[in-house]
Amino acid sequence: MYPPPIPKNQSARVFPAMNRTHFYFFIFSLFLISCGLFAYKYFVFGFPIAPEEKSNVWNIEVHISFDAQNEPVKVVLFLPGYSRNFIISSENFVSRSYGITTSTDNINRSATWAIHEANKRQVLLYRIQVNKVKVRNPPDSTPFFEWEVPEFLEPNRSAANALLAEILRKSADTDSFVMKLFKLLNAQPPDENVAILLDKEASVDKKAELAVQLLALAGIPARVVNGIKVATRTNDAKIERCIEVYSGGKWTSYDPVSGTSLISGNYLAWWRGTKPLVQLTGGKNLKTNISVGLQEEDAINAAIKRAETINPHLLNFSLFSLPLHFQAVYHLLLLIPIGVLFLVILRNIIGIETFGTFMPVLIALSFRETHLISGIILFSILVALGMVARLYLENFRLLMVSRLASLLIIIIIFIGIFDILFYKLNIEIGLSISIFPIVILTMTIERMTITWEERGSRTALQQCVGSLIAASIVYFFMFNKYSRHLIFVYPELLLQILAITMLLGRYKGYRFVELFRFKEFNKIKQ
Amino acid sequence: MIPKLIKQLHKLGIVGINRRNIDYISKYNKRCLYPLVDDKLLTKKLAIQAGINVPELYAVVTVNHQARDIHAILKKYSTFVVKPAHGSGGNGIIVVAGHSKKGYRTLGRTIMSEESLENHILEILSGVFSIGGHADSALVEYTVQLDPFFRDLTYQGLPDIRIIVFLGVPVMSMMRLPTHLSNGKANLHQGAIGVGIDIATGITTTGVWFNDIITEHPDTGIEITGIKIPNWENLLYLAARCYQLTGLGYQGVDIVIDKHKGPMLLELNARPGLNIQIANCAGLLPRLKIVEQHYKELNTLKERVSFIQKYL
Repeated sequence: MYPPPIPKNQSARVFPAMNRTHFYFFIFSLFLISCGLFAYKYFVFGFPIAPEEKSNVWNIEVHISFDAQNEPVKVVLFLPGYSRNFIISSENFVSRSYGITTSTDNINRSATWAIHEANKRQVLLYRIQVNKVKVRNPPDSTPFFEWEVPEFLEPNRSAANALLAEILRKSADTDSFVMKLFKLLNAQPPDENVAILLDKEASVDKKAELAVQLLALAGIPARVVNGIKVATRTNDAKIERCIEVYSGGKWTSYDPVSGTSLISGNYLAWWRGTKPLVQLTGGKNLKTNISVGLQEEDAINAAIKRAETINPHLLNFSLFSLPLHFQAVYHLLLLIPIGVLFLVILRNIIGIETFGTFMPVLIALSFRETHLISGIILFSILVALGMVARLYLENFRLLMVSRLASLLIIIIIFIGIFDILFYKLNIEIGLSISIFPIVILTMTIERMTITWEERGSRTALQQCVGSLIAASIVYFFMFNKYSRHLIFVYPELLLQILAITMLLGRYKGYRFVELFRFKEFNKIKQ
Repeated sequence: MIPKLIKQLHKLGIVGINRRNIDYISKYNKRCLYPLVDDKLLTKKLAIQAGINVPELYAVVTVNHQARDIHAILKKYSTFVVKPAHGSGGNGIIVVAGHSKKGYRTLGRTIMSEESLENHILEILSGVFSIGGHADSALVEYTVQLDPFFRDLTYQGLPDIRIIVFLGVPVMSMMRLPTHLSNGKANLHQGAIGVGIDIATGITTTGVWFNDIITEHPDTGIEITGIKIPNWENLLYLAARCYQLTGLGYQGVDIVIDKHKGPMLLELNARPGLNIQIANCAGLLPRLKIVEQHYKELNTLKERVSFIQKYL
């Protein structure tokens, strides 16, 4: 027997009011801490906000080897300078006992290795790390460019003049001039004049070189660009040539094969001019090899590395310090607060009626395995079958626990049958329902049946549909790549979710569904 | 449309579920007091202690084997009600109107064998009808005899009067009339009619059936508005005393009127619904606020009962 804990003097009872200041201070603190950590991690360590934001880092290595002959050696290597598609993030030279100087003329950068005396096979290495960038405004507008009109000897001169005259007739501006030029150079069978000029050597490199000469003859500044394609891992990257034409105050690149100004985004321009990449004096058997390697570290790893050097203590206390299989658990666990937050909104602000408090979140979790549409279908089928079984069990008037247990066993049998059936029919979803939380299904069926009996089929179906809608919405917010990424990389967002959930807990306004219940009041005149 | 409705609801002071839960239930209803109203046996005992009239308790079944011996006790009473102690929404209630050779004659003129009544009691004990499915006990009690006043107003079942009592002050009331659709149950969401009662005078105002406003009983066609409830003052006193009974600041008091024994406390509710506002065409908020301001000045039962009449 409870002794009613009521004081004699009723009116003296006190009902303490909520401390608003305390409450809002707490909420504010949560926001502040969360935003602070977020900003720190974002601005200082650069943890990415959106998923799969990969910074493509490429390692390029130039391997130079030659035989020295006991005499002074000088090696000149062109270095990549400005490129439209890449920025160089680091650069280093590996060479024992060589003196090294780098220099820049107004077109190219180059490095010079020099040694007083060397013998045997020598190896020099040049390594750079480049980052792919999307858009960069060209900082180069080399105003002055040393170019000389090449001297063609007969019969090449007549051929060149005839070719230029023909192109000039059929072109309007520099752009169309260049395109027409390449069209003629690449024509099959070769143009008569082109054949004379190319002199049997019809390589792309030669064509590019010739094009530059012809353009110079026509008074258009142009130069050969040498570069490599940085797109795949390779141990032997080929030097590819294109040309740059100066017109309208800027350099435009043209691809000598297609003759268009569309240059691949993977093209790393290395040096300009027709000289070879490496010039060696005092050695023989020069071999040059360029290898390209992809260092595909995603932005998170890059940020973690930064964090390791800037503030190792903070990183020690983050989810990234956990072993990988624990991290996988948190990938799922941290999504639940997101689901719960949206469930709070759906229930307290919208007013959707669902089975149980967190049932929709659990249903959404089970949809993770089956995916949404097939999940809803399977769920509905299983609930319907389960209800039939439940109605049948009703005949025997079992006690509650054994009735629930029987129902659970029947559900497992159903799922087993489904699995075999789907497997035989080669339908893939079947295999995933075995993970469908069976207890959740059983409880849903039990609650649905009781609601069906107590409050009628309408309410039961309403709540079932409500649960499914809530589960779908929750699923949508939980299992998208942005939520997954954000909450795992920035788990401090949980504090914000907590703060919002608490704020929603003080929402005293009407629920959206309540408005329908109270709609009669609209007719009342005061 | 919707903003206009919200504005109108605010103007009338309609309390929504969220506001009720935050500002009233969680503030004035201590969790530890809930068992006093959730367990009907406990409520009954408290009421008897306080001298409040309740339907007489014939027997309590708490253990399974007692169900078999129940028939000996039941023989003494020609009519009785079997209900779960922790039931909700009128579920699991069986009204036996008399004995027959084969067993019991229930209200719906069907015969129930002794064994099926036993089974029903066992179901109650296993928690089928209780909130949360916890093990429960079954009560056998006096069948309230319909007062002639209510006979015409209802179709089957037992009409009751719900009074919201806030800090000892009755603030709003309605009468709940079972219908054919509600299967004799007095719950609004099951299809019973809610009829608003002017708390000051005890005269019925408008009726609400589901979400529609009505003026006559859909089954009997009898006018349900403008009726004066007999002995209204007594009912208010009964309701107001229930505050002392449990200490719950915001509660719903369900009262039935017996032909012979007068008003009786049927049950108490710690989370009374908000449909009472629709039946009364009025919002609870202005009344709750005025009581909140003045409740400390109200020391006697009389002051509390007459308080709301002064302010309306």
